[in-house]
Amino acid sequence: MIDHAVLENATDEVVLDVDVTARFGDFDLQARFTTPGGLTALFGRSGVGKTSLVNLLAGLARPTAGHIRVGGVALFDAAAGIDLPPEKRRVGYVFQDSRLFPHLSVGRNLTYGMNRVPPAERRHGFDQVVDLLELGGLLQRRPAGLSGGEKQRVAIGRALLASPRLLLMDEPLSALDAARKNEIMPFIERLRDEMRVPIVYVSHALDDVVRLADIMVILSDGRVVASGEVEDIMSRLDLRPMTGRYEAGAVLAAVVIGADEESDLTELSFGAGNLLVPRLDLPRGAPLRVRVRARDVSLSLSRPDDSSVLNIFKGTIIAIEDSDGPYADVLVNIGAPLIARITRKSLNRLALRPGGIVFASVKASAIDRRSVGLGGTRLRRH
Amino acid sequence: MNLSLTPIEIAALALSIKVAVAAVVVSLPFGIAVAWLLARREFPGKTLLDGLVHLPLIVPPVVVGYLLLVLLGRKGPLGAWLFDVFGVTVAFTWKGAAVASGIMAFPLIVRAIRLSIESVDRGLEAAARTLGAGPVTVFVTITLPLIAPGILTGMILGFARSLGEFGATITFVSNIPGETQTLPLALYSVVQTPDADAAAMRLVVISVVLALAALLASEVVARRVRQRLRG
Repeated sequence: MIDHAVLENATDEVVLDVDVTARFGDFDLQARFTTPGGLTALFGRSGVGKTSLVNLLAGLARPTAGHIRVGGVALFDAAAGIDLPPEKRRVGYVFQDSRLFPHLSVGRNLTYGMNRVPPAERRHGFDQVVDLLELGGLLQRRPAGLSGGEKQRVAIGRALLASPRLLLMDEPLSALDAARKNEIMPFIERLRDEMRVPIVYVSHALDDVVRLADIMVILSDGRVVASGEVEDIMSRLDLRPMTGRYEAGAVLAAVVIGADEESDLTELSFGAGNLLVPRLDLPRGAPLRVRVRARDVSLSLSRPDDSSVLNIFKGTIIAIEDSDGPYADVLVNIGAPLIARITRKSLNRLALRPGGIVFASVKASAIDRRSVGLGGTRLRRH
Repeated sequence: MNLSLTPIEIAALALSIKVAVAAVVVSLPFGIAVAWLLARREFPGKTLLDGLVHLPLIVPPVVVGYLLLVLLGRKGPLGAWLFDVFGVTVAFTWKGAAVASGIMAFPLIVRAIRLSIESVDRGLEAAARTLGAGPVTVFVTITLPLIAPGILTGMILGFARSLGEFGATITFVSNIPGETQTLPLALYSVVQTPDADAAAMRLVVISVVLALAALLASEVVARRVRQRLRG
């Protein structure tokens, strides 16, 4: 079980404190959020100002007002007249297009930032980072000869070796195909968990956010429309237009409690209940986060005892978002928030109302590896 | 026909090389600075600077030579100052020839380097800044190596232009054998003398061989630099 008292204390600490106003041509950006470290996803469609915001954090663009603090250190503070240049910020930046220096070998790319940090202040050893990112075989090579995935691994290592207080990753996987993406994902998870670097991760892919992020900041048209823990944000019906209809779904923080070897299933507990999912090769007690897509949840008024569905939860309807299209989203409290997308026809036929009791069915097969993320703020910090 | 070079030919050849090398080496740092200013900075008078840099390309070389004579001659404002402070005389010496060549070559050097600075991915410089490198370090460790091919091109063009410099040189520093008489000036003198066709032809051959050798050498170096950049 999760010890909530301990956890609340742990998350009180603010690692990143951002409150900035900036102008980019015709575009106004106004962003305010704090995060307790871990991996923070800046989520939003293209053109909402995600990259502009991380450029402000890195010092590559200048806000007109506000402040940026990392671990208590002011990188920018308009009122106090502080504006550290990028080279003094210790903010690592992994760019979408990797930006490796073409005239230097991989090894010298890696040490470029490291050599500018006094040895006593270096947080990660060269060999440690090379091992973590499996770069050993690439050191003598030139960037031009690397694959996209290798380039991004080198870019991550290069930023990490500069001992950043904060690591920015601007859609580092967007230029890669699915296979390469899955190759890099575990490295980012290890970075987050083993290196303990606070990360701001820009993405417009919900899959990545759910899998990697602890905290989620949703950006729309240059404004922060919501920020908070991924589980909380994903269970909010009002954010549907931002999180995307098709991919949307509640996110449950869970731990592995057992395996059903015979049926090839893994049993998870999310506190208020258990969830059976196709086998995950994870040890008992491993914390993880599961996204249950709203379109994979169905509702019924009585317990469907003769159904093939393994996961059936009794719950109370908290809210219904009834839009113009054929579908309605129903937020159900099953001890944790769960969202079901049903047709409006069914909504009317079952006469569902907030406060009503329903049974939510989740097919085990609907939860695949892509909807499962390792770790989660609460569980990991504990 | 005797294949070994006469003392006058050797002097002219050595002087040509010395003047061209000096012209390129001295004007290169200024060329890089001006190219960087023109490529990266906005400032009042930028158009004027751009025009001034290109002037030697447009006005007759004699005009440049005469202006240099007025400015840098013993009694000229700059020439007098140079002599008083450093004891240096430029007029009618090989140094003056190098100055004239350098100024005539300057627009070519600046244009080549400016083009390559404009083609540098500024994202790489930004990346270097986030890795803890200040602007000067970024310029030395990132920008400069990336524009090396452009610098090389500028040097080759400048060197070639210097080897061929005639008008500004003869106007500014005259045609003194062993001091300011470069290959083109020597050829000019020979052409003025009657029945010297063979001597003229020898100088022509020397000039052509020297130019080809310079071109070939630069091609080899350029290939090496490109290979290093590509990895």
